[in-house]
Amino acid sequence: MADMHVAAVHAHAAPSGFFRRYIFSLDHKVIGIQYWLLGLLAVLIGMALSLLVRFHLVWPDAQIPLLHLLSPTGGKGDQMQPEYYLSLLTLHGTLMIFFVLTTVPQSGFGNFALPIQIGAEDMAFPRLNMLSFWTTFVGMVVLLSTFFISDGPPLAGWTAYPPLSAIGPATGPGEGLGQTLWIVSIAIFCVGSLLGSLNFIATTLDLRARGLSLMRLPLTCWAWFITAVLMLLSFAVLFAAGVLLLLDRVGGTSFFIPAGLVVSDQLVNHAGGSPLLWQHLFWFFGHPEVYVAILPGMGITSHIISTFSRKPIFGYKAMIYAMCSIGFLGFMVWGHHMFVSGMSPYSGFAFSVLTMAIAVPSAIKTFNWIGTMIGGKLRLVTPMLFAIGFVSLFVTGGLSGIFLGQPALDLTLHDSYFVIAHFHMVMGVAAIFGMFAGTYFWFPKATGRMMNETLGKVHFWLTFVGAYGIFMPMHYLGLEGHPRRYSTLTGVEFLNTPHLMHLHEFMTVSAFITAAAQLLFLYNLAWSWFKGPEAGENPWEATTLEWTVPSPPPFDNFAGRHAVVYRYPYEFSVPGAEKDYIMQDAVEEAKKKK
Amino acid sequence: MQSEVLTPAKTEEVLDEGSGHGGPPGGGDFGGGDSRPWSVPARAYRTGMWMALVGITMLFAAFTSAMVVRQGISNDWAHTTLPRVLWLNTAILLASSATLELSKRVLATNDFRRFTAWLDVTAVLGLAFIAGQLLAWKELRGRGVYLATNPSSSFFYLLTAAHGVHLVGGITALFYLVTRARVGASRQIGTLLPIDGGRPVGASLEGQVVPGLRTPVEVTAIYWHFMDGLWIYILILMMTRL
Repeated sequence: MADMHVAAVHAHAAPSGFFRRYIFSLDHKVIGIQYWLLGLLAVLIGMALSLLVRFHLVWPDAQIPLLHLLSPTGGKGDQMQPEYYLSLLTLHGTLMIFFVLTTVPQSGFGNFALPIQIGAEDMAFPRLNMLSFWTTFVGMVVLLSTFFISDGPPLAGWTAYPPLSAIGPATGPGEGLGQTLWIVSIAIFCVGSLLGSLNFIATTLDLRARGLSLMRLPLTCWAWFITAVLMLLSFAVLFAAGVLLLLDRVGGTSFFIPAGLVVSDQLVNHAGGSPLLWQHLFWFFGHPEVYVAILPGMGITSHIISTFSRKPIFGYKAMIYAMCSIGFLGFMVWGHHMFVSGMSPYSGFAFSVLTMAIAVPSAIKTFNWIGTMIGGKLRLVTPMLFAIGFVSLFVTGGLSGIFLGQPALDLTLHDSYFVIAHFHMVMGVAAIFGMFAGTYFWFPKATGRMMNETLGKVHFWLTFVGAYGIFMPMHYLGLEGHPRRYSTLTGVEFLNTPHLMHLHEFMTVSAFITAAAQLLFLYNLAWSWFKGPEAGENPWEATTLEWTVPSPPPFDNFAGRHAVVYRYPYEFSVPGAEKDYIMQDAVEEAKKKK
Repeated sequence: MQSEVLTPAKTEEVLDEGSGHGGPPGGGDFGGGDSRPWSVPARAYRTGMWMALVGITMLFAAFTSAMVVRQGISNDWAHTTLPRVLWLNTAILLASSATLELSKRVLATNDFRRFTAWLDVTAVLGLAFIAGQLLAWKELRGRGVYLATNPSSSFFYLLTAAHGVHLVGGITALFYLVTRARVGASRQIGTLLPIDGGRPVGASLEGQVVPGLRTPVEVTAIYWHFMDGLWIYILILMMTRL
């Protein structure tokens, strides 16, 4: 530890070695990009898994070339075994939820932009920041290592419900070492997230530039701050649940395993535990986690919509209070994931009412986004398109939540494709659109170069239409009774009707087209990084502090200058002003007014 | 020489002013025309520590709720008699909080020797507590009570282990502080040794051998006292529930 003080003496100079600069960097911008790249790797693997799964659903007997290389047993004869389908599904969910939706919007964009937006040189604890990233990295390595063990990845789903997840190899391939590694991976991820979140909170509270009061913070910063609070409160609970589950597996305890359980004709030597206890602990984390995934996207969307509507955000304070109440209510509604667990109807009613209550702040946000755009001088550049796409997907996905939030309806819809449609729309794709919006928006700041607009727009439209093509039909399938998690549905008579199977085919084809469209994005990214036109300091004519520094920003962000904030973050189209935007640190105009 | 050593770091005091000084309207804390290098204020460390404690609180809240539920739903709960050594351990841990507080106080009076001595005593008491906890485990093992013997014993081992791991973290921090103080004192020069790792704390530290020690001591003390309080909570929980 002592060396860090010596290192700290070399104040403002950027580290010169490759490793200190790009690998074990203390620079929040580099760490943000590292998180982003980790998320990119995770999303590519997660997407590939979803394509395998979708392919198998439609053509269960078709051979998938080289599948046996991925798993000799799970892909025997290049055909996907039912258990392996579940393993791929589990890894898809785990990678996407933890290493994409939790990692990129918060840790990726937050690390990159938060310190600059608040006028700081770095996060409050740079070493802790580096540690958070590398902890998360190790978590992902452990998770992916399950592909390379003999019985493959676990198959208990990303929610890892016991007793399936708690007993061991007897319950299926991957439920031995694979499931243990899964728990270890998630526990490591929890630690990284907790360290990251306390860093975000301390940074936001204590490192703001002079003049930057809380009510002048960009909405992005508010979103990252609230998300950090949610992470701090929820990931510790998941960690606790993970410890208990691990002890059930390796320590012989019975926290979650009930008595009298017979697996493969063998009586399980545990008694007295409750699988429901896991569900309560898990969803106490799991529901706030949904908002961890979506809140940063909301912040980014608000920021971008205001910027490209050339109008102040409609209802700035209402946006903040709405995010706070979404965060607060997010901790009160975990029971709506458990309506069919046999809970008391009174509890169900309470959870249902609280769930419905979230519609209020969500609607406030939606109306404010639309209100911001109405009458604005819209600039429909790629980040703006993705932000509008975010609003669309959030509304579509949110509406189906109103159905699922009612116990009576959830009884039939639970564990059907309707649920898959709901959460993919509202938290999966919407959050991904938030990430795309953020990527197109901050790419010029991070690299100093613009991304190609034409490619960006084509990418947007293909992804937008494709996402609806994949997930809209799922609502209908769910209403028809298609259950989740089944590797083949062709054997079930009432589901094996041509019109439903054609819908499935349509969704799978949509998925492949949408995935192919992402190649455009990757190409655009790689090409623009090296060959894109110079971006300059403020290509979007935005107002916040990150656009007052060069692109890419110097190591210490403000090159020794102290940023001072005089203004609210969204001063667009101010009457009488020279230009249609005024930077947050613009002092002259402020003095003139006085 | 040593009387000068532990003058509380001026830099931190300056930084502690926070948003007090004038400037443009609104809150915020830094910047403005001054030429002082940018730095992380001491209170960020306190905020960070309090947030860490919030996380730890949630961890133990989750364990507690699991315990209450697990006890409530089943009829296989057997009483686990707490080993008596726990009372001695409790006394040791309470004493360690007192010695850490003493160390914090002498830090203000620049008495370097007593400062490190009290830190040493605190760390030793911490280690004694851990040893005592291991004795308690040994006693249970002697009675044939293991982790998986009964849900009640499962929670006993779980809670004591989870607390113990966190306390070991605190002991590590104490050793770090002692080492840092000794290294700083042995140099006897006014080098800059800021605590944040990455940014300078300030240029007004000449003549101080152990600058910037106040905040780490304070933050460690917050953590240590919290671990103390947490143990009392766990003890009461186990006394009333196991």
